[in-house]
Amino acid sequence: MANDVWVYIEHKDGAVTPMSFELLGIGKTLADGLGSGVCAFVVGEKADDIAKEAFAYGASKVFAVEGAEYKGFRADAYSKAATSLLDKYKPAVALFRATSQGTDVAAASAALLGFGLCTDTIGLAVDGGKMKMTRAAFGGNYTVSVVNEKAVPQIATVRPKAFAMPEKDASKSGEVVKEAFSVAEADLNTKVLEFIQSATAVNLVEADIIVAGGRGVGNPEGFQLIKELADLLGGAVGASRAAVDSGWIAYEHQVGQTGKTVKPKIYIACGVSGAIQHLAGMRTSDCIVAINKDPDAPIFKAATFGIVGDYKQVLPKLIEKFKGKLGR
Amino acid sequence: MKIAVCLKQVPDTEAEIKWDIPSGTLKRDGMDSITNPFDEFALEEALLTRENYDGEIVAISMGPEKAADVLRNALALTVNSVQQISDPAFAGSDTYATAYVLAQALKKIGDVDVVFTGKQSTDGNTGVVSAELAAILGWSQLTYVAKVRSIDAAGKKIVVERAIEGGNEVVEAKLPAVVSVIKGINEPRLPNLMGIRKAAKVEIPKWNAGDLGVDTSKVGAAGSCTKVVEIAVPPPRGAGEILKGEIEDIANTLTDKLIDLKVIK
Ligand SMILES: Cc1cc2nc3c(=O)[nH]c(=O)nc-3n(C[C@H](O)[C@H](O)[C@H](O)COP(=O)(O)OP(=O)(O)OC[C@H]3O[C@@H](n4cnc5c(N)ncnc54)[C@H](O)[C@@H]3O)c2cc1C
Ligand SMILES: Cc1cc2nc3c(=O)[nH]c(=O)nc-3n(C[C@H](O)[C@H](O)[C@H](O)COP(=O)(O)OP(=O)(O)OC[C@H]3O[C@@H](n4cnc5c(N)ncnc54)[C@H](O)[C@@H]3O)c2cc1C
Repeated sequence: MANDVWVYIEHKDGAVTPMSFELLGIGKTLADGLGSGVCAFVVGEKADDIAKEAFAYGASKVFAVEGAEYKGFRADAYSKAATSLLDKYKPAVALFRATSQGTDVAAASAALLGFGLCTDTIGLAVDGGKMKMTRAAFGGNYTVSVVNEKAVPQIATVRPKAFAMPEKDASKSGEVVKEAFSVAEADLNTKVLEFIQSATAVNLVEADIIVAGGRGVGNPEGFQLIKELADLLGGAVGASRAAVDSGWIAYEHQVGQTGKTVKPKIYIACGVSGAIQHLAGMRTSDCIVAINKDPDAPIFKAATFGIVGDYKQVLPKLIEKFKGKLGR
Repeated sequence: MKIAVCLKQVPDTEAEIKWDIPSGTLKRDGMDSITNPFDEFALEEALLTRENYDGEIVAISMGPEKAADVLRNALALTVNSVQQISDPAFAGSDTYATAYVLAQALKKIGDVDVVFTGKQSTDGNTGVVSAELAAILGWSQLTYVAKVRSIDAAGKKIVVERAIEGGNEVVEAKLPAVVSVIKGINEPRLPNLMGIRKAAKVEIPKWNAGDLGVDTSKVGAAGSCTKVVEIAVPPPRGAGEILKGEIEDIANTLTDKLIDLKVIK
């Protein structure tokens, strides 16, 4: 149906995680508002297994383009295939996760269709039959609402974890529509040579719990304590720019305006003052804990729970208590 | 090798933002402005590429009159030429319109092998102009680049590392390519006094919509399909609770509260 809401299902060489399906939840809400259905769309070597899961997470239909050229992710191949689907079926809305893959495909597809798009959306609502997208601008100092009046579909990338995961019901099924679309190898621009797994494998954006350190951590050894707590809680390590610039931790850990934007359920900031550019990257976290020895540090204004004190004393105590209570 | 670099002028992060509320656009004229911080890495990568492989660099910027400042700064850093892209018809362009105009400029420059852009701007903040530009031109789309391994202009090939979730993806791509770079790819240099003096005297060349053969029905606030309709200051987070008392008790309370959230698995 022309009024449908489509959700792009990202995967890595065919592998998905539950998060790949997260937008089917908000997609369903939007479709209800538009009086239509939520569908998934997939580009990959094989789509059947992914489709099965998409139904379980609430998709009413799955559209797929399959082919050997889509084995690994390539921006041009995937965008051309995605665009062929969007152009043929003209859904009202197409949602992508604001990950590297989601953003690459969303941006290129929008451009191939000749439209702009809204990125890193944190609010989505249907208003008079049109979608209103809310996003942060200027390092989170402002939120702006964007409409995409003439675009078909209206394309948005959505910040991971901005909306609740849909319920899974493995008994659900539906129709898989396969479209033939192929791109000749000679017409493709890129080839992936290898993937170098990061030694620390930080995936801040997907993490439910982040323990972050700032300049107040003082030295690289201090980050061992941060990491100990993060590991204990099954979380990831974040950092302020000051800590990264001091060379205590790699840039891939940086949170903020010029680092990653994260929205974990728990964000524990240690020795971070709470500069506007840092807040830009984490202020939408569900629960923020601030540990800082300066009672006037701005981070306390953003914190759900604040502890005024030296992290070197506070963290070992927290670790001890968590170990006891969690039996670890 | 012909290297292009896209530079955007943005309000200084410290500056007070002035909005033109009815149109949802920025009043760029009344604000202190800087080169978009990410674009400094793009410019540095262009300079390094020229040092490593030889070639010429052209820096382009689309923006109002005063965006000439970012190009002057690029000249002070010894880019070979600059080109400002400016027309009242461009004001209020969305990402597609911006990418379309930049694409027209790159086509007019001609024979470009590689285009460097920043990962994203600090004002509009969308981070998609680079990918849109590549898609419009049909050039290789290389985003989140943390390292350029090699560029072979004669063989029309580039190899880069893209910093994506979980690690670095090594990609070989055809030239021409549009490469968006992340922070940390290099250490941007500063211009020296002589460079600044020399750049101050240069007349910045400008292209308008007509020069670029831009279809004006597709650009500016009127031609863009994406519109900012509302601007708000996000609600402050609810007043937090400062946990007081002995460290033992505080740690007890906090760990209870966090465990109660049922997030820790
Ligand atoms: C264009 C631009 C982009 C930027 N992008 C980012 C970004 O992406 N991310 C980012 O983080 N910053 C960014 N910044 C930098 C930002 O403005 C701040 O400088 C930075 O966030 C400060 O880091 P910090 O809080 O770790 O350090 P500081 O501001 O120095 O704060 C250290 C804090 O640690 C506390 N402290 C000291 N010792 C202890 C202790 N033993 N125990 C507990 N607390 C202690 C101090 O009281 C202080 O509050 C950007 C700046 C600009 C201009
Ligand atoms: C608050 C706000 C919100 C906005 N929201 C949206 C939105 O959701 N969707 C939308 O389509 N538009 C939006 N816009 C408009 C958008 O900012 C403009 O289209 C802008 O021209 C390009 O987008 P960007 O600044 O986000 O660039 P980004 O995509 O973040 O920039 C990436 C890189 O592209 C290059 N580049 C970008 N612009 C220029 C330029 N003018 N000259 C030279 N190089 C450049 C730079 O190298 C830059 O580092 C918004 C604008 C504002 C002020």
